[in-house]
Amino acid sequence: MTDTDLGTAAATFDGTHSGLAGRLGDSVARPDGVPKAQGSYQFSGDLTADGFLWGATLRSPHPYARIVKIDVSGAWKIDGVAAVITAEDVPGKATYGLISQDQPVFASEFVRFHGEPIAAVAADHPETCRRALAAIVVEYEVLTPLTDPEHAVDGSFPPIHPDGNIVRHQRIIRGDQTIDGPIIVEGTYEMGRQDQAFLGLEAALAIPEPGGAGVELYVATQWLHEDRKQIAACLGMPEDKVRLVLGGVGGAFGAREDISLQVHTCMLALRTGRPVKIQYDRAESFHGHVHRHPCTVWMRHHADTDGRIRRIEARFLFDGGAYASTSSAVLINGITHTQGPYKCDNATVHGWAVRTNNLPSGAMRGFGVVQAAFAHEGQMDKLAAAVGIDAVEIRLRNAMQRGDRLITGQVVDNVAPVARLIRETAALPLPTQPVGGTDHDPMRLPGGAGRTADERHIVRGIGWGIGIKNLMYSEAFDDFSTARVRLADGVASVKFATVEVGQGFITIVGQIARTVLGVGEVQLETIDTQIGSAGSTSASRQTWMSGGAVDGACRLVRERLFELVAAKYQLAAVQLEIDGTDVVDTLGTLRIPVAEASAGIVIEETFEHHHVPTEDLDEDGQGNCHTAFAFVAHRAVVDVDPELGLVKVVQIATAQDVGRALNPLSVIGQIEGGIAQGVGLAVMEELLQVDGIVKNATFTDYLLPTFLDMPDVVISLVEEPDPHAPMGAKGVGEPPTVSSTPAVVAAIRDALGKDLHRVPVRPSDICF
Amino acid sequence: MNEIYTLHVNGEPRDVRDASAGESLLYVLRERLGLMGSKGACEQGECGSCSVMIDDQLVCGCLVLAAGAVGQRIVTIEGIAPVGAPSDVQQAFVDAGAVQCGFCTPGLIMATHSLLERSPSPSEMEIREELSGNVCRCTGYGRIIDAVQRVAVARRGVS
Repeated sequence: MTDTDLGTAAATFDGTHSGLAGRLGDSVARPDGVPKAQGSYQFSGDLTADGFLWGATLRSPHPYARIVKIDVSGAWKIDGVAAVITAEDVPGKATYGLISQDQPVFASEFVRFHGEPIAAVAADHPETCRRALAAIVVEYEVLTPLTDPEHAVDGSFPPIHPDGNIVRHQRIIRGDQTIDGPIIVEGTYEMGRQDQAFLGLEAALAIPEPGGAGVELYVATQWLHEDRKQIAACLGMPEDKVRLVLGGVGGAFGAREDISLQVHTCMLALRTGRPVKIQYDRAESFHGHVHRHPCTVWMRHHADTDGRIRRIEARFLFDGGAYASTSSAVLINGITHTQGPYKCDNATVHGWAVRTNNLPSGAMRGFGVVQAAFAHEGQMDKLAAAVGIDAVEIRLRNAMQRGDRLITGQVVDNVAPVARLIRETAALPLPTQPVGGTDHDPMRLPGGAGRTADERHIVRGIGWGIGIKNLMYSEAFDDFSTARVRLADGVASVKFATVEVGQGFITIVGQIARTVLGVGEVQLETIDTQIGSAGSTSASRQTWMSGGAVDGACRLVRERLFELVAAKYQLAAVQLEIDGTDVVDTLGTLRIPVAEASAGIVIEETFEHHHVPTEDLDEDGQGNCHTAFAFVAHRAVVDVDPELGLVKVVQIATAQDVGRALNPLSVIGQIEGGIAQGVGLAVMEELLQVDGIVKNATFTDYLLPTFLDMPDVVISLVEEPDPHAPMGAKGVGEPPTVSSTPAVVAAIRDALGKDLHRVPVRPSDICF
Repeated sequence: MNEIYTLHVNGEPRDVRDASAGESLLYVLRERLGLMGSKGACEQGECGSCSVMIDDQLVCGCLVLAAGAVGQRIVTIEGIAPVGAPSDVQQAFVDAGAVQCGFCTPGLIMATHSLLERSPSPSEMEIREELSGNVCRCTGYGRIIDAVQRVAVARRGVS
């Protein structure tokens, strides 16, 4: 266990761990850290090319309308305009999508959400683009939008898309369906629409091949190969004519998993024969990418008088918005995590993901499990109250262990230290300062710089949230990642298509290569589609999947190195191992530096890492659909102003099941950053739509946690290496976001003695 | 159009030609002078990613008209330290784990240099308040606070 907080971190993570000595387990500094801190790192929005044009997109002002007519002639009359394109100009497949291809490149017959693309232009200056878009005349027949997802379920609204209004329904039926009580608690839990709000806005630069035979796209994305597949289909080109190169990514959090500007940028470049760059502004970004699904979850828990869960009934309704994106997978993640990290043998669950004329929903950190956790944790607190025990005891009594089953029948065959996480979190220190602090600084109170709070009226509360999160992809998807490692003259170079979004994968690549191969220098090659897929940087999967691929390729290279050394010195290769930067003979005295052993030779190996196969669910929701699981505990302390409805989150304590911390500093960064997004969802962040119209697509109106909103975070890393994980390491990105939100809401409930069932918690929820 | 004005950026005069009068300092720095270190993420002064110094005042480059900054001393992230020779603040951000995606980082580096010039030993609350105009979506801020404190401690040791 490693205990860390803001006070001790400086001592734990000094810079002396960085540099060549950085092996697995060390807090190595990022290889791109200095360029990023100096502003010389190239993000996708920083890319330029000689003679490039700016591209821009015309978007629908209506959530639902029939397009009667599009007249682009006005745009062509503006000086500096080089291309104007609409649905008629799409050379290949008219639609795209991650799971089903139901989203048009450009709307033609109908627009189905506020901000749906209709046309795009390329011109010499962003201002010329703006004027050209304003000159395009679109005649609409405005229709009444479907905005209540219940109307999609009950069939009361005509289909708004040829694929219908139900994206997917799935039930889970397990065990004894007749169990009733004796303790019964019930609740309905609602979640608003959260935006990923990465800072580096969508941007791409497309460079056409002469004659338009192919195109090269520099783009900030999460999954190069999947993008390429969808782009090539829409362009009507073979995939080998579309080369993707990763442009520097300014955060992702799920919002870059879907296509946004990729096809438009390529089409404009091919049409004009010149490089084209598209760069969204913040408002366009809010409209232009998918968001976390708004969701309503009803749950009824049946338990014994001692609080042990006997059966759970639940109903999930995910608002998928206008297009399918990953809604069907988000639904499965949600319903299969109904029980949370608790034992449960009997369940009745129905889940829907539906289509509406709201903004399309898709991937965001936590991917359906955030919605489930907000509900099951609310239920656990109700259960504790009904039984008459506290929040910690109810969770310990029900805590899942390795070998327990999910309500899908799947055995949890990973390290599952749920009780330990709860106990370690409970042992972390509570805030030492009283409400307002010993210095009575108003900045410490709810309302902060507004100085609205009277310290004597502020109430403090403590709440808990415990989470389980599946890692990697599910439902029989053949998930893999590819890496190529080349060793020459003591230097390793590594090639992969794994997208670095800021999470630090490129840091651990060096750590893996140095540890396995004993090299000092590790070079990272360009991240592009010139190697096999790495899969998506999502689902907390890249340390396991691409880390596993790099580790596997390094091991293959090491085997061949040992064979060469063994032959030269007439030893058995199995006797050899890496010790620091040397090859050593474990049975003798040979010790030669890796640099010397690899002098004048080149060894290159490619490795594809696949995880264990998973299955589809049957009609009753039974099957081994998930790959692996990680667990986490959160305890929140909040101060609440009950008169103004303002909340100050004071502290989050957390213990997280990380398997093995390959880079503790990087893990701490994922945990703190994930908690910030969980805190934001709890009390601040909601992208509002009224009758389908987006109301707050700016950073002035969509509130993100700042330095003053973010609480102290105290962390315990629970390291029990997972036998199924390459290097023992579990993904760490999503769990912090899963149960920090319910912990904060539970703390507000505790402070007020009031039931709160919706996030973000608004002042009016507290006051009225 | 067809006019030239001169900005003083990082100690050098830089001519800006044929710019329209409505262009922000952020746009001119990035698109006309090729100084890509200042980032745009909200274009309305909420996120601080475009922070630059004008006559020693920390401002959002997206909120200042470039043509209005004529005659003033502009310092951008590129003027803080030569490439490959990071300032103490830049190095501390890297060592402390304060950098993830890095998009907010140049703005935060500018804000931190400004803070430590004015207040060499800031309290944690002072750091939070001073940097609260800079949004980071990746880190949750904990490692950034640590980085600022490291620099403050190190500078006290030197002086």
